[in-house]
Amino acid sequence: MLQYTVSRFVSMLLVLFIITTATFLLMHAIPGGPFTAEKNLPEAVLKNLNERYHLNDPLFKQYTDYLANVARGDLGPSFKYEARTVNDIIAESFPVSAELGLTAVAIALACGIPMGAMAALRQNRWPDYLCMFAATIGISVPGFILATLFIYVFALKLELFPAAMWGGPEYVVLPALALAAFPMAFIARLTRSSMLEVLGLDFIRTARAKGLTSFVVVWRHALKNALIPVVTYLGPLIAAILTGSFVIESIFAIPGLGRHFVTSIYNRDYTVILGITIFYSTLLVILNFLVDIAYAWLDPRIKLGGGKGE
Amino acid sequence: MRNKIMILTLILALAAAAVAGCATATKPGGKYLRYSAGTEPETIDPRKSTGSPEAIIEAQIFEGLTVLNAKDAPAAAVAEKWDVSPDGLTYTFILRTNAKWSNGDPVTAHDFEYAWKSTLAPSFGAKYAYQLYYLRNGEKYNKGQAEAVSVGVKALDDRTLRVTLEKPTPYFLTLTAFHTYYPVHSKTAAANDKWASDPKTLIGNGPFKVTGWVHNSKIEFAKNEHYWDAAKVKMAKMEFVLTDSATTELNMFENNQIDLGGNVPASDIPRLLKEGKLRFEPLLATYFFSFNVTKPPFDNVKVRKAFALAIDRGAIVQNVTRGGQKPALAWVPPGLADAAPGTDFRKAGGDFFADNDVAAAKRLLAEAGYPDGKGLPPVTLIYNTSEGHKAIAESVQEMWRKNLGVNVQLANQEWKVFINARAKGDYQVARHGWTGDYLDPMTFLDMFVSDSGTNDSQYKNPAFDDLIKRAKETNDQGLRMRLMHEAEKIFMDEAVIAPVYYYTNAVLVKPNVKGYVRSITGLYFFKEAYVE
Repeated sequence: MLQYTVSRFVSMLLVLFIITTATFLLMHAIPGGPFTAEKNLPEAVLKNLNERYHLNDPLFKQYTDYLANVARGDLGPSFKYEARTVNDIIAESFPVSAELGLTAVAIALACGIPMGAMAALRQNRWPDYLCMFAATIGISVPGFILATLFIYVFALKLELFPAAMWGGPEYVVLPALALAAFPMAFIARLTRSSMLEVLGLDFIRTARAKGLTSFVVVWRHALKNALIPVVTYLGPLIAAILTGSFVIESIFAIPGLGRHFVTSIYNRDYTVILGITIFYSTLLVILNFLVDIAYAWLDPRIKLGGGKGE
Repeated sequence: MRNKIMILTLILALAAAAVAGCATATKPGGKYLRYSAGTEPETIDPRKSTGSPEAIIEAQIFEGLTVLNAKDAPAAAVAEKWDVSPDGLTYTFILRTNAKWSNGDPVTAHDFEYAWKSTLAPSFGAKYAYQLYYLRNGEKYNKGQAEAVSVGVKALDDRTLRVTLEKPTPYFLTLTAFHTYYPVHSKTAAANDKWASDPKTLIGNGPFKVTGWVHNSKIEFAKNEHYWDAAKVKMAKMEFVLTDSATTELNMFENNQIDLGGNVPASDIPRLLKEGKLRFEPLLATYFFSFNVTKPPFDNVKVRKAFALAIDRGAIVQNVTRGGQKPALAWVPPGLADAAPGTDFRKAGGDFFADNDVAAAKRLLAEAGYPDGKGLPPVTLIYNTSEGHKAIAESVQEMWRKNLGVNVQLANQEWKVFINARAKGDYQVARHGWTGDYLDPMTFLDMFVSDSGTNDSQYKNPAFDDLIKRAKETNDQGLRMRLMHEAEKIFMDEAVIAPVYYYTNAVLVKPNVKGYVRSITGLYFFKEAYVE
């Protein structure tokens, strides 16, 4: 386990280094810089600005200076937002994205798993059709369409929730629902197919033969085993939701990190682009690692580092 | 083992609930203004900001020597009076005794001197430092060729500020209302370079002060009780919402989360107009197509003219933009005073051609050697990616096809790629828009002098340059205006650009919002605003 963790950590650092280098080079390769604006700045002013942010240094020096700062945990100043550092921006906006994202994940799990289990237990009957119809809608209708629909119905027509902004719990409901629709549908379908597979296995027949109540059979034996694929999906899901909530954040004017990620590229805010890329990459690598650990914990037959035990 | 799944799920649900519980409660909407300011401000240090959203925020919390009144004329603000020397080079401002910062300190002439000199300091890296190049040695100091002490701004005592200019600048009193000329609380700004990003240290001298700022979400203001004219400030507080999405802004307006905003989806304009929720406000800006006069076929003035004349501007503003814009048949937009009081530079100068003059356009193209567009080299029009620009470009493409027989290619580019290409002259025709920085025709005209950094058309004409130079050197308003009219005539006769329309702001406004002042530069002053 320790050996596994260490080797994962080393490969994680390597991955981050490659991502940082590639992003740095790509970023400087695209035309336009942080100070390109509709009203071209006089050369003297541009020179002073470039001096101030060390953009006049050779690219290699900029790169090594940047890496040295990152190693100290300093992601640098934002070029666009005066007097704000990338660390500030991430510290302010990531908790918002996390709150929104984890709420959406909780909704997706709390609704998706029972839906899938119900559909499997009532296969080819109306609850199954109903759940799978809902799941098909959730998978095929994009989140931003749902968001617009929710705003129209629940905010503008029924006036139950605010149409946008961020504040108390009432502000979380609509964006979290819009964000949760796809994973909820996906989890429902995943649970259903995996549950159907498990219900046909020998040990379930054994359990029934032992005279266990169907409640115990389903909840204690079948569902637990059926959820392994769902747990596997959790890692990529949380990562995707935390890093991919940009559109929803934009529609609801939520001050999350997703918006910064997209606008920083548009603004050529070099340090913000790099900082968020590094932050997101770290998050993804760590989440994948945690999923592997959880996976092994759930299914004792799985050994980390390859191979299967008896 | 058996409950691990449940534990996992529970942990996640609890984490979400815990995070959700941290959210702050919001206040119910009372009788105060909620304005949508557009995007998150880059900074609200007036020495460093450049954009319009920033300027609107700063206009509520700072005040310059002068302020623009409802007629867009400069009026006394921190300065109660001033003297101008006969040669127009020296201004002596006397500051009011009761002008105070939001912490109660008096606003002094030293604050102004400090603010202006720090903006010009090369190491400070202020983008708008060039707005202070009017000051004697301002440009030299900014380029590192002169000392700070030689810059033409000096506090003679706490209440007297002497300003010396490079050249006579008859519109200088409108410049002193501009945010780059605001004072800063020198003690605070000198001690802490992040003073403007934290409401606790953000000291201003305007009618309001910032009490809260949630980045990318909202800024909260309260009345500044130390403001010298506080008796006229009607609202105890206000709130600016920060969202850059027009659709979101409209949703919030219709959901009664904001009272005023200026970012409306074009497709909703007709409906909102019918429902009486929209107002069109003029803006000192022109939408135009810039020709690169060094690239064939646009190195031929007749081709440029033909393309400019073959645009049906009326159809574009009526059917495409639908925002109450006015077709532009000249370069400088309406709203700027001419020499005589109460006259308008645009009215005095008139239009330079007729809209949609297809016959003349056809004739000119034939004279240039391309009858019905035959033999014309391929032409590409570039614009920055946006639905609005795309719709206009497609309309113009169709007009040129129908009226001139020319098939123009369209190419959209990402914003900064586009700006870069246009500035380098790496294009034939490009979409362009220009907003005036200050209230004088010069803010449009000097853009196209040969050595200007904003001359994306690569236009070089000594006669034009000379007129602009002479206009910049005289203190005689009548002569200045005459020279600028002449310069504009040369510029339009050469068809360096094809103007399309004079911009407007489509403003969402609730009927109970009263008393605010809006400048043609797009600034709002909420000093005397209130919500009924």
